[in-house]
Amino acid sequence: MLELQDLHVYYGGIHALKGISLVVEPAEIVTLIGANGAGKSTTLRAISGLVRARSGKILWDGKPIHGLRADDIVARGIVHVPEGRRIFATMTVRENLDLGAYLRRDRRGIEADREMVYHLFPRLKERERQLAGTLSGGEQQMLAIGRGLMAKPRLLLLDEPSMGLAPLLVAEIFRVIQEINKAGTTILLVEQNANQALRIGHRAYVLQSGELVMAGAAQEVAANPEVRRAYLGG
Amino acid sequence: MAEVLQQLVNGISLGSIYALIALGYTMVYGVLKLINFAHGDVYMVGAFAGFFAATAFGWGFLPALCFAMLVAALFGLVIERVAYRPLRNAPRIAALITAIGVSLLLENLGILILRPDPRAFPELIRLETYQVGPLIVNNRQLVIIATSVVLMMLLQFIVTRTRMGKAMRAVAEDTEASRLMGINVDRVIAFTFVLGSALAAAAGVLVGIYYTRIDPLMGFMPGLKAFVAAVLGGIGLIPGAMLGGLAIGVAEVLVVAFISSSWKDAVAFAILIMILLLKPTGILGKTAEEKA
Repeated sequence: MLELQDLHVYYGGIHALKGISLVVEPAEIVTLIGANGAGKSTTLRAISGLVRARSGKILWDGKPIHGLRADDIVARGIVHVPEGRRIFATMTVRENLDLGAYLRRDRRGIEADREMVYHLFPRLKERERQLAGTLSGGEQQMLAIGRGLMAKPRLLLLDEPSMGLAPLLVAEIFRVIQEINKAGTTILLVEQNANQALRIGHRAYVLQSGELVMAGAAQEVAANPEVRRAYLGG
Repeated sequence: MAEVLQQLVNGISLGSIYALIALGYTMVYGVLKLINFAHGDVYMVGAFAGFFAATAFGWGFLPALCFAMLVAALFGLVIERVAYRPLRNAPRIAALITAIGVSLLLENLGILILRPDPRAFPELIRLETYQVGPLIVNNRQLVIIATSVVLMMLLQFIVTRTRMGKAMRAVAEDTEASRLMGINVDRVIAFTFVLGSALAAAAGVLVGIYYTRIDPLMGFMPGLKAFVAAVLGGIGLIPGAMLGGLAIGVAEVLVVAFISSSWKDAVAFAILIMILLLKPTGILGKTAEEKA
């Protein structure tokens, strides 16, 4: 469904991605783990069109999308929920969700998806008219994911959804991610919380200094002694 | 007391004009973080478009106003496309210098094509004065205030209720996150220039009616004052521009009436210095939060 072929990304003089190749198949949860600065976010930013790859290919349903504008990529069904939530703080929860559905014209479908998001995150419904900036960190993360779902993505790119959340909320967010996946959305998940990410992922890639150092079924990756030592705390 | 009230009426008329110009500054700043110094000259273009609509076509107030807004909107669109869009990823100072360049270009083209001497703006609205208690109000002031109020309500509607308006607010708050929503940011920026330029043109026509004289350099000083108004209210904030415009207009008129007319232009800049010293984010601006 999604394929990255030998992707190279530079930030000025910094070689951030040094030839990344990976695949995401329909209905999967693929997790991308790695230390701070390994290139996880950059990989997602390249897919969603926020940064340009210097060389290499990004194929979506077999067609290249690496030259497209970010809004065209959203239109093709790839939605990126960025690191740090990036909700629109001065707008209401409802307005944020509506912006998520910016490219859609099907009123009925939008309404149904809004109900679906409220069902996943009942807290958002309670706070529908509240300014998003007044939400707690966990609620903001729910809003960021909900807003992403409003675009009706086929592939959801999640960047550090558990960042800065209390353990109970982290569990809640990961439960919902699995639920979204079971409802038919493919997920590419970037996480520092490797433990949880490998538990819900089907397959995993390990990124180190801009290079993929390991790939495989999530359980195998989780069982690897080196991964255990470096990312899972023993 | 009656004298103060009288000057307040005059100040509000002048202030609505500054507010209309200030809105364009603040909206463009919102989406692009650029002070568009050519904005005052777009206001001049609007005034002349209104002038020609009235003199060459013999149109009345409303058609001339709409024509001026349309012409200026077109100018705004072209300026954005030609001068600013190629600099989207350039350092901000490059765009700022370009804005000053566009301003000089428009002013000098104006002198070349429209001639430098002032022209009498046609009498689109025949002057009538009314006595309201101790106050003297004329119908031109009422038209200025009414037109401004209607345009600002229209703007408010566009910004809060329409898809494009919501996209504008989104881009102003977080451009990158907006792109992830599927918003075509370039199109939103172009739309913002169209909107801001049209409002400036309306101000140009209203000034023509109020002061009855226009010239190619007329945009310079009101442009700067409207910029001060936008900063005073809180740059990037639409209600701030409205408030700031009114405040600058009233302050200017009061200073002229009660201190000295030679302070007419200085007062705006005195206010600018004070706001920058006391509350740089403007009256309605919140103290900027550190971004993680």
